[in-house]
Amino acid sequence: MIQPDWDLFFSSFWPLLDGALRGTIPLALTSFAIGLALALVLALMRLSAKRWLAGIARVYISIVRGTPLLVQLFVIFYGLPSIGVTIDPWPSAVVAFSINVGGYAAEVIRAAILSVPKGQWEAAYMIGMSRSRALTRIILPQAARVSVPPLSNTFISLVKDTSLASLILVTELFREAQQVAAFSQEFMLLYLEAALIYWVICLVLSTGQGFLEKRLDRYVAR
Amino acid sequence: MSPADLSAESSSPADAAASAPLLRVRGLQKSFGTNRVLESVDLTVGRGRVLALIGPSGSGKTTILRCLNGLELPDGGTIEVAAAADTAGRSASGAMTIDFTRKASPKQLGALRDRSAMVFQHYNLFPHKTVLQNVIEGPVVVQRRPVAEVTAEALALLERVGLTAKRDSYPFELSGGQQQRVGIVRALALRPQLLLFDEPTSALDPELVGDVLRLIKELADEGWSMVIVTHELEFAREVAHEIAFVDGGTIVEHGDPKQLLRHPQHERTRQFLHRLLNPF
Repeated sequence: MIQPDWDLFFSSFWPLLDGALRGTIPLALTSFAIGLALALVLALMRLSAKRWLAGIARVYISIVRGTPLLVQLFVIFYGLPSIGVTIDPWPSAVVAFSINVGGYAAEVIRAAILSVPKGQWEAAYMIGMSRSRALTRIILPQAARVSVPPLSNTFISLVKDTSLASLILVTELFREAQQVAAFSQEFMLLYLEAALIYWVICLVLSTGQGFLEKRLDRYVAR
Repeated sequence: MSPADLSAESSSPADAAASAPLLRVRGLQKSFGTNRVLESVDLTVGRGRVLALIGPSGSGKTTILRCLNGLELPDGGTIEVAAAADTAGRSASGAMTIDFTRKASPKQLGALRDRSAMVFQHYNLFPHKTVLQNVIEGPVVVQRRPVAEVTAEALALLERVGLTAKRDSYPFELSGGQQQRVGIVRALALRPQLLLFDEPTSALDPELVGDVLRLIKELADEGWSMVIVTHELEFAREVAHEIAFVDGGTIVEHGDPKQLLRHPQHERTRQFLHRLLNPF
C-alpha cells in the first residue's frame, strides 16, 4: 500500500487554501453577484410584452446554455485578442462566469416570478402600485423564497466551474494544486486535496442555503 | 370610521359636485380574444349607495367590477369619474370621462384606480407581510402618508374588526374569515371613495361567512359607497340599495332589491332566481 506523504499534504495546504481564498471564492462571489443582476434583467426581458426584448433574452439564454463554459472562456481570453480586444485573465474569467450564470439563473428567476399567484399582482395594483414597485415590493420577495434552492445549485456549480479558470492562467485553487503536483509529482495526493477543499466550500454553502431557506420560510404554512 | 371622516367629501366646497354620482358607466365592452365578455354595460354608482351585482357564473359580473378598478381594461364605452376631494396623501382630481374606445392614459387609469379599493374573493393578502404591514403598505408606500398616522389608523381599523391581537401575525396564521377582514381593512386604509367586493365570502367556510357579511353591512350602514358581486341573495336584499342582474355580458335588469327578487321582470332573471332558490 502506498503511504501518503503527509508532510507534502500539510505544506501544500496553505498554497491551496490561498488559491481558494484569493482566487476561487472571490471569483465565484463576484461572478455570481454580477450574473444574478444580469439574470434579473434577462428574466424581466423574457417576461416583457415586447416581443423583441423577449426574443433577445431568449437567444442569449439559448447561446449561453448551448455552448460549453470552457469554450466561452477560451473565446474571451484567447479569441478576443485576435480582434484587438485583450483582457487580463481575472477579468476574462469574471466576464465569462457572469455571462454564464446570467443565462442559467435567468430561467430560474423567470420561473420563480411566474410561480407567484396572479392575485398578488392584482392586489399590488389595487393598492395603487406601479408595475416596477409591485415587482420589487410584492413579487420578488415571494419569488426569492422559491428560487433559493435552484440558485444555490447554480452557485455551487459556479464554485466548482471556477477551476476552469486555471486554463486561462488565473491563480486559483486548482492551478495551485497543478503547480505543486507538477513540482512534486504527487498527482493523486494534490488533486484529492484540491477536491477536499472544494467539497468543504460547498458544504459551507449548503449550510448557508439551509439557513436562508429557513429564514425565507417564516411566513409560509408548514 | 365613516367615509365622511375619511374623505371629507361633505365639506368639499363643490356641493353641487358632491351630489353627482361617483361613477357613471356607459356602454362598457370587453372581450378576451374572440370571447365577448361584456356586451354593453350601463350602470351608475351614487354616493353612499350600495349596488349588488348578481348573476350566473361567467355572466361578466366580476369583469364589470374589475373594469371599475382598472384591473381589466375595457375595449369600449366610457366611465365618468366624479371629482375627488383633496384628502391627506392623495391629491384632488377633477371629474373626468375616460373613453375606452381610445387608449386610456396612465393618468386616467391611475385616477380611476385611486377612487376605489377592492376586496378579493381569495383575499390576496401579501403572504410575506404581517397583518399590520399588509394594511399600511398602500398608504405608506404608495400614498406617502406618515407612518405613525397610518399605523394609528390601521390599528383602529384592526381593533374594530377584532384583530388587534393579530397585528404581527402572517396571513397563513389566520382563518379565512380573519384574512378577509384584513382584506377589508386593507381596502379601508386606502381611504377610497368606493369599495368593490368581488364575491367576498365565496371562498369562506360557511360558519365564517356571517362575520364578514356583518362587517360589510356595518360599513354600508355607515354610508360607504359599494359595488358588491355576490351569490348571497339574502345579503344583497338586506344591504343593497339596488340590485343588478347580469347575464350574457349585459345588465338584464336592475332595480329595488325587494322588487327585483320578488317580481323579476325578465325570464332569464326568473330562471336564475328559481335555480338559486330551489337547488334540488
